[in-house]
Amino acid sequence: MSTQPLQALAGKFADAYAARAADPARALAAERFRAEGLPTPRVEAWHYTPLAALADVALAAPARDPAVLAARIPDLGVPRLVFGNGRYRADLSTPPADLAVRTGAPAWGVLPEGLQHHLVALNTMFAEDGAEIVVPPGTDAGVLMLVHLATGGASHPRHAVRLGANARLTLVEIALGEGAAFHNPVITFAVGEGATVVHTVLQEESAEAIHLATVFAEVAKGATYDSFLLTLGGRLARREMHTRLAGPGAAAHLNAAQLLGGTQHADFTTDVVHASANATSRQTVKNVLAGHARGVFQGRILVERDAQKTDGYQMNQGLLLSPTAELDVKPGLEIYADDVKCSHGTAIGEIDPEQLFYLRSRGIPEGEARAMLVRAFIGEALDGIAFAPVRAAMEERIGIWWEAQQAS
Amino acid sequence: MSPSSTQEREALQSVTQSGYKWGFETDIEMEFAPQGLSEEIIRLISAKKGDPDWLLAWRLEAFAAWRKMEEPHWGLLHYPPIDYQALRYYAAPKRKPGPKSLDEVDPKLLETYAKLGIPLKEQAVLAGVAAETEAPAQIAVDAVFDSVSVATTFRQRLADAGVIFCSISEAIREHPDLVRRYLGSVVPAGDNYFAALNAAVFTDGSFVFVPRGVRCPMELSTYFRINARNTGQFERTLIVAEPGAQVSYLEGCTAPQRDENQLHAAVVELIAEEDASIKYSTVQNWYPGDAEGKGGVYNFVTKRGDCRGARAKISWTQVETGSAITWKYPSCLLRGEGSVGEFYSVAVTTNHQQADTGTKMIHIGANTTSTIVSKGISAGFSNNTYRGQVKVMPRAHNAHNHTQCDSLLIGDKCGAHTVPYIESRNATARLEHEATTSKIADDQLFYCRQRGLTEEDAVNLIVNGFCKEVLKELPMEFAVEAQKLLAVSLEGSVG
Repeated sequence: MSTQPLQALAGKFADAYAARAADPARALAAERFRAEGLPTPRVEAWHYTPLAALADVALAAPARDPAVLAARIPDLGVPRLVFGNGRYRADLSTPPADLAVRTGAPAWGVLPEGLQHHLVALNTMFAEDGAEIVVPPGTDAGVLMLVHLATGGASHPRHAVRLGANARLTLVEIALGEGAAFHNPVITFAVGEGATVVHTVLQEESAEAIHLATVFAEVAKGATYDSFLLTLGGRLARREMHTRLAGPGAAAHLNAAQLLGGTQHADFTTDVVHASANATSRQTVKNVLAGHARGVFQGRILVERDAQKTDGYQMNQGLLLSPTAELDVKPGLEIYADDVKCSHGTAIGEIDPEQLFYLRSRGIPEGEARAMLVRAFIGEALDGIAFAPVRAAMEERIGIWWEAQQAS
Repeated sequence: MSPSSTQEREALQSVTQSGYKWGFETDIEMEFAPQGLSEEIIRLISAKKGDPDWLLAWRLEAFAAWRKMEEPHWGLLHYPPIDYQALRYYAAPKRKPGPKSLDEVDPKLLETYAKLGIPLKEQAVLAGVAAETEAPAQIAVDAVFDSVSVATTFRQRLADAGVIFCSISEAIREHPDLVRRYLGSVVPAGDNYFAALNAAVFTDGSFVFVPRGVRCPMELSTYFRINARNTGQFERTLIVAEPGAQVSYLEGCTAPQRDENQLHAAVVELIAEEDASIKYSTVQNWYPGDAEGKGGVYNFVTKRGDCRGARAKISWTQVETGSAITWKYPSCLLRGEGSVGEFYSVAVTTNHQQADTGTKMIHIGANTTSTIVSKGISAGFSNNTYRGQVKVMPRAHNAHNHTQCDSLLIGDKCGAHTVPYIESRNATARLEHEATTSKIADDQLFYCRQRGLTEEDAVNLIVNGFCKEVLKELPMEFAVEAQKLLAVSLEGSVG
């Protein structure tokens, strides 16, 4: 059975935990993890993303100090909190002067039913550090970077972000790495009434890395959680977004673009719960797949009984650039209220030969024409990014990715 | 609500409470197997049916596989555990072999057909009397009563065209080589839990064989009826269309009204060779249980079609209004180059019904196309889930799928769910999927009411419009029937 190495790995995690000092705060997570282990493809939510790759990564101690990667952090001209292999690095950070940020211990955050997720339980067992970011009511905290640098081993950072009423924050999360590292962050957002969080993520781990992130967002009345993920890195990557629209008029945007080549596997999984009336959710997900890459998108919109006047929309588009790429999509609507407007759409295909012909007939060489069409395809997802420097940094990365694909 | 509409409501409720008009039970002398399921029971069924040895071996193999399997619970369905040992796996109307005249046929059986309103001018024929008249009806009927097929009409006319249409037990006796060649070739004995159970204990069903180049001269139809208490119905249908053949087949189902749940686990296998086309339509109206959710049929069905040859076409159309639980995913294996799969479905759930239904389109060959149109309507306390898979294998160049799933909610205590699985492993494939969920818009209702329609009629009109794309796929005779069925199913669910 292919699941055996995974069970063995889960056993190793359990043993490593047992060797630590007893900690009542983590005991429940450990109990869960011992019972459930790591998810096999037989677990419905993990059907398309086998974790077998995690079992073959030798989680050796990091070879180098993560500081060597600091030069690769894009300069966005804003304060930054930098973590190296799961630990806060004051020497690499420039914390914001006017914002309450606490580091040095895991920031647990509020986790409704979080431990039922295998990897959240694992994170809870081993989290050593994290950032707790609190934005007081009515404050615009501007832009803050949250960076993780990985050079090996397993990191389980645990971050929490809390916004008071009508507060505002743009959080740019960046994950960079080298070698075979396992990065398993958990971030919780509590977005107060009328507050707005913009959460922009650039995931550019190494081609051997495993990146499994879980994000929880609880969005209050009239508040907005607006996120965008660009996945470029990782041998195996998955980001699970659990968003609960808890108050009337709450809004969530969960957008993503996954650009993959080689034998990369990346999974974007969203779960949006409309728990209150008049809430809105929007998702635009783009996959561009080259080589033998495999992209996965799973999205569920759950509309609870009282969430009348819900407006939910999910759009997923996939572009397959090679005959060996694979895209698996599982959108889902689960609706218990009757006065709702919910829809989802999926379109999967290759570059439209007619569009290519159109450009070529106007004298544009094929390579350039293809690049143009791919950029236009991803462009729609990037359009929502308001903070120009991060958008520019992402566009630059996309350009580099495209060139690398052309060369390979 | 105005007094007049309250009156309307009361009038409607009285109609609704008369509810399921197919709920009668026929008191007829039956022959039963003892309760429970074991190798002995399977040997007993096999002996009753006079199975050849290979079939008994196949049943036992299926039973062995079934015993190792677990009942699937991934559907969005909630029901108490089924006690498979409390059921009877064989029940048949007692009858003397081959009645020669109507007098020899149990009159209760004839009465049942009359009540069911099957177009039985040919009741005599159906009862097994060999009087195939020149009746103008265009539909040949095979009726399955509990576990066995009681008779097939219009045999001679079909035989003249070269078409075999008979009960599967008869086919096993008369055409063993054909059956052996195709049986289990699309849904193997150990395919899934319910299919394995069916393979072990199936007692009858229909068999259709349309030879090369023949266009079946009339619609074929099977009528399934569960009657006896505590029995399961396990029929198995096998339809083979040789190269260039064409056939349209319709099944209808009803069951008596009972407080306990009845189990129905059928298997349907379709085989379409090169250029052949099979159209399979279902109007499923098993007893759905009462307004409190008591009783009703558990409908766990495996239906799969195999487009083996180039340009073969299989089209599934279903109107699902009955059953307490529906678990059903008519599928197409698109192997042949340029083969076509279609799935048109209307699923209506009211009261406490639960439906988890959809399709699978597996694109294996190049240039294969599939179309999915699913309309789900939920009312009362029901839950209605569309679950469908579209899978494109690496060699399915230029495959194309278009899927449209729409859900309509009537009332705020029900649920409508959509769970598509879309898997593409070929860059040249084009897959499109759209899904929407909404309720009947107030302005649409207002528009109709303003023009003098009652609320109930307005809802029927809107619902029929919502389902039109599917209903138009049904053979004409049944499209009318299906529209009426929709109206009856939704009675009393508005407001």
